[in-house]
Amino acid sequence: MSHDEIFKKVQGVLVDALGVDDDEVTPTARLTTDLHAESIDFLDIVFRVEKAFGFKIGQGELFPDNINDPKYVTDGVVNAAGLALLKEKMPHVDFTAFSADPKLEKVSEVFTVDSLVKFVESKLKAGAPA
Amino acid sequence: MRWLWIDAILSHEPNVRLVAIKNVSLAEDHLHQHFPEGDDGPSQPMMPASLMLEGMAQTAGILVGSVRQFKEKVILAKVTEAIFESDVFPGQSIRYDAKIDRIDDMGASTIGTISRFDHRGGGWIDIGRTEIIFSHVDQNRAGLDLPEHNFVFGENFRAILGGLLPKT
Repeated sequence: MSHDEIFKKVQGVLVDALGVDDDEVTPTARLTTDLHAESIDFLDIVFRVEKAFGFKIGQGELFPDNINDPKYVTDGVVNAAGLALLKEKMPHVDFTAFSADPKLEKVSEVFTVDSLVKFVESKLKAGAPA
Repeated sequence: MRWLWIDAILSHEPNVRLVAIKNVSLAEDHLHQHFPEGDDGPSQPMMPASLMLEGMAQTAGILVGSVRQFKEKVILAKVTEAIFESDVFPGQSIRYDAKIDRIDDMGASTIGTISRFDHRGGGWIDIGRTEIIFSHVDQNRAGLDLPEHNFVFGENFRAILGGLLPKT
């Protein structure tokens, strides 16, 4: 499946899950800030991505589920251990901007449409059935 | 009054499907507010669609809860679709037919069909459909401080759950 085909399918998933228009779902659009996804929408998105591409997504695989553990956060800021964990667990996400100001409350802003596309690409490349 | 919007479970296919029924009675106070007599004419009591959605959420929620023997706290997370094409009036019955679309540690998505039965004739007619997502909230609580006991499937539901409850 080509990059464009994956993008189109991801676009469809987000249009259905978030009630946004096609043209709002650009590669750089952030799921929370730009497309107004709330935490519970992430569960919906996981379900829809699985159905659209025919693979299973494990808990915490696409989005972090334990980053608010005190081990990884100091005074509301994701610490070095937390950043290392995020980068290791989520190679599909670009943490460059977040690393400059890693406030926990802003962690959900790292998810862009492009990061979702990259995640799907890596799953398909790893041999998940398409 | 109890927050119970189904009267009985009609059938249960474990991990797959649960069907429940609700009989709509003119004795229910809320019908008289929906809609009362007013400038538009005489009163028109009918079942609010929002409460039919609640009835389906209770049916589908019980189905999802039963998969893990009611050990998980099953919370309605999102209604992705709710379409109602016809009204339901006192003296009619509502059937909620819920199926599991997908379930895992994080939660479940369900698909529902709502039907209406008119006891004066006509049989069952499909009048609505839903897609509802539930969260297994203990797996997704993200710091929320929730009570340890299972407040979802509490005393209120025991009369209905009956044989679905695990034997202690």
